[in-house]
Amino acid sequence: MPNSAYIVLIPLLPLAGFVLLGLFGRRYFPRSSGVIGTGLMVVSTGLAFWVAYQYFAAYLTGGNQEIVPVRLSWLTFSPGFSIDMSVILDPISVMMIVVVTFISLMVHIYSLGYMKGEARYGTYFAFLGLFTFSMLGLVLAENILETYIFWELVGCSSFLLIGYYFDRPSAVRAANKAFIVTRFADLGFLIGILILSFHAQTLDFRTLMSRLAEPDSRLASITTTSFLGISLLSWGLALVFVGGAGKSALFPLHIWLPDAMEGPTPVSALIHAATMVVAGVYLVARLYPVYAYFGSGVLQLILYVGAASALLAAIMACTQTDIKRVLAYSTMSQIGYMMFALGTFHPGGEAGTLGYTAAMFHLFTHAFFKALLFLCAGVIIHLVHSNEMTDMGGLRKLLPLTHVCFLIGCLAIAGIPPFAGFFSKEDILLAAWHANKLVYFIGLFTSGLTAFYMFRLYFSIFWSRPVREASGHHGEDRGGHPREAPFTMKLPLVILALGAVFAGFVPFSRLVTLSATPLAEEGVRFFWVFPVAAALIGLGIAGYLYRVASDRPERAAASVRGLYRFAYHKFYIDEVYSFITKRIIFNWIGRPAAWIDRNVVDGLMNGLAMGTARMSAAIKGFQSGKVQDYALYFFIGMAGLAVIFIYIYT
Amino acid sequence: MSQVPLTHILIVSSALFFIGMYGLFTRRNLITMLMSVELILNSANINFVAFNRYLYPDRLDGVFFTLFIVAIAAAEAAVAIAIIINLYRNFKSIDVEAADEMKF
Repeated sequence: MPNSAYIVLIPLLPLAGFVLLGLFGRRYFPRSSGVIGTGLMVVSTGLAFWVAYQYFAAYLTGGNQEIVPVRLSWLTFSPGFSIDMSVILDPISVMMIVVVTFISLMVHIYSLGYMKGEARYGTYFAFLGLFTFSMLGLVLAENILETYIFWELVGCSSFLLIGYYFDRPSAVRAANKAFIVTRFADLGFLIGILILSFHAQTLDFRTLMSRLAEPDSRLASITTTSFLGISLLSWGLALVFVGGAGKSALFPLHIWLPDAMEGPTPVSALIHAATMVVAGVYLVARLYPVYAYFGSGVLQLILYVGAASALLAAIMACTQTDIKRVLAYSTMSQIGYMMFALGTFHPGGEAGTLGYTAAMFHLFTHAFFKALLFLCAGVIIHLVHSNEMTDMGGLRKLLPLTHVCFLIGCLAIAGIPPFAGFFSKEDILLAAWHANKLVYFIGLFTSGLTAFYMFRLYFSIFWSRPVREASGHHGEDRGGHPREAPFTMKLPLVILALGAVFAGFVPFSRLVTLSATPLAEEGVRFFWVFPVAAALIGLGIAGYLYRVASDRPERAAASVRGLYRFAYHKFYIDEVYSFITKRIIFNWIGRPAAWIDRNVVDGLMNGLAMGTARMSAAIKGFQSGKVQDYALYFFIGMAGLAVIFIYIYT
Repeated sequence: MSQVPLTHILIVSSALFFIGMYGLFTRRNLITMLMSVELILNSANINFVAFNRYLYPDRLDGVFFTLFIVAIAAAEAAVAIAIIINLYRNFKSIDVEAADEMKF
């Protein structure tokens, strides 16, 4: 791919949109800012698809695997060490730019209808542009510090968009929570970067990996030096993973994600479902050779954290009633899937690297169906003006298109063939089967739970109540005709639904692999039976409980009351956090620090000021305003000087 | 005729200086204070002339200095009186105690 410097336009166009709309949107284009932002995204998406087409065409004919089309030296510290702003193209980054630009474009189009008439319409599109720019920068970053810069930018734009309705206290709280929790995790990321780059003397991903691969390089110290019995390299990798876990809302740093649903729904679709929250997965994948060959302990950690997130989030999702929160927990659960797929690496043969391909594949398909589900939820919320499942029901005739799209999304996430989720989830479970049977069964059980809670949602929204009753409640405009949604909102639904159906047929095992050679299709015979059976069982139970409104759900919940309440209160993790922060950190760290600040630091300053004030009060009597007094002082001073010169100085 | 010793002249000039100083500090009337300042100046003049006469009899630097100081004292008196007139306009008094606006 010669002359592909135009690739920088892909992230820079949304940035241009951000600058233009952020500076002038309110005054000059209050109506047209959405169209401007969307137009720029169309160009950017087109370029991304073109790049992907060219890249994979060359890749399949044995082209160079990693290309750096743009390299910009930014800060040069010494001849061998500089911080660059470069763009890297390899299978995962090309895959990610396609996903990010495509989902972002869909969300832009959808927002044209969804956000119409909002007071801060231009600002909204400006923020979307900022987010898209940062996410693309994160994906294309070629060195770890560049990644970190865009990583923080992504967090910042996420904060801005969660707090978009800043007049709602809950949104402000959610934005702060998201920012603080991810920032706390990013601290780990930063320390990890410093450890790795200090010992490797480079920030560049590829140099880092090649230096780590040399057995007798200067990196010997990092693997032999240990801290608390764990080698420094493992510490670095684990800390980088902590950063990724915070951004990807993995247990136990997930608490910000459900609250982040306070943002506008299209934002939840883009940031908190399809793109930003998978940044942690992407980060681990980006450093995967290092993790795979030097951090087997860290990979175990990733495996179990991922599996725990997948399972716990799925259980929590079963008890929530806010549809966006259910989707948020399901996002968390699916990211858990991707993470434990990455953790399944084991050396020896291709089977060990299946997890990597499967995780990337699931990331790809998940983006489509989860964005689809969120956008459908946006249509429903637009109509019902409530997020609560209990306010819905019987909407299938009112929202026929949304109904079909939502059903496709549910089938895809539940892993029913031939929808997209089936293929990727099967790969993940296969990888888990080869690596760790316990994690495999957790994955299988979670798969059943996924089908259960998604169809619980589906039946509660679209069935459960007679249609006539539902149409009487809501959805009639002034003419008395029920309306579904404007064209701009329907179009993305249809496109994404097509994606959710067909994304599974992309030959990922040929395109995205760790060793850059296609994986042999070695499956276990009839392996798909168990995941599909689990999904169907979940689906069946959900249908039995929720298809028709009845007291069955209550009775089912009552039979596992303890667990139900535990899960309903999100395993009291928020309470644990507030206990730790309010009782322990505030009391034992915050209060002493405040005391020191008030009494020592402020005391010093106040004492200084008070001393000065007392001193001046004591001597201000000299300023009597009488000329003769001044003359007297002058005379005394002169006499004093005379005495000094005559008797002392000589 | 025997010469007057230098010490005598210095005693006169010191006396003049301290009389002026005493006047400057005890009088409240600005005109009197101005006169006291003139006394101080003239004590300095006497010193100049006396030292010139006794230390460098063949030169006239000190005498010329004295002439300059007399001229400057005249100018200074004009300025001081202008200040006093302004003060009088503002305070209806030339008592120095009346003008104590400039205190803390």
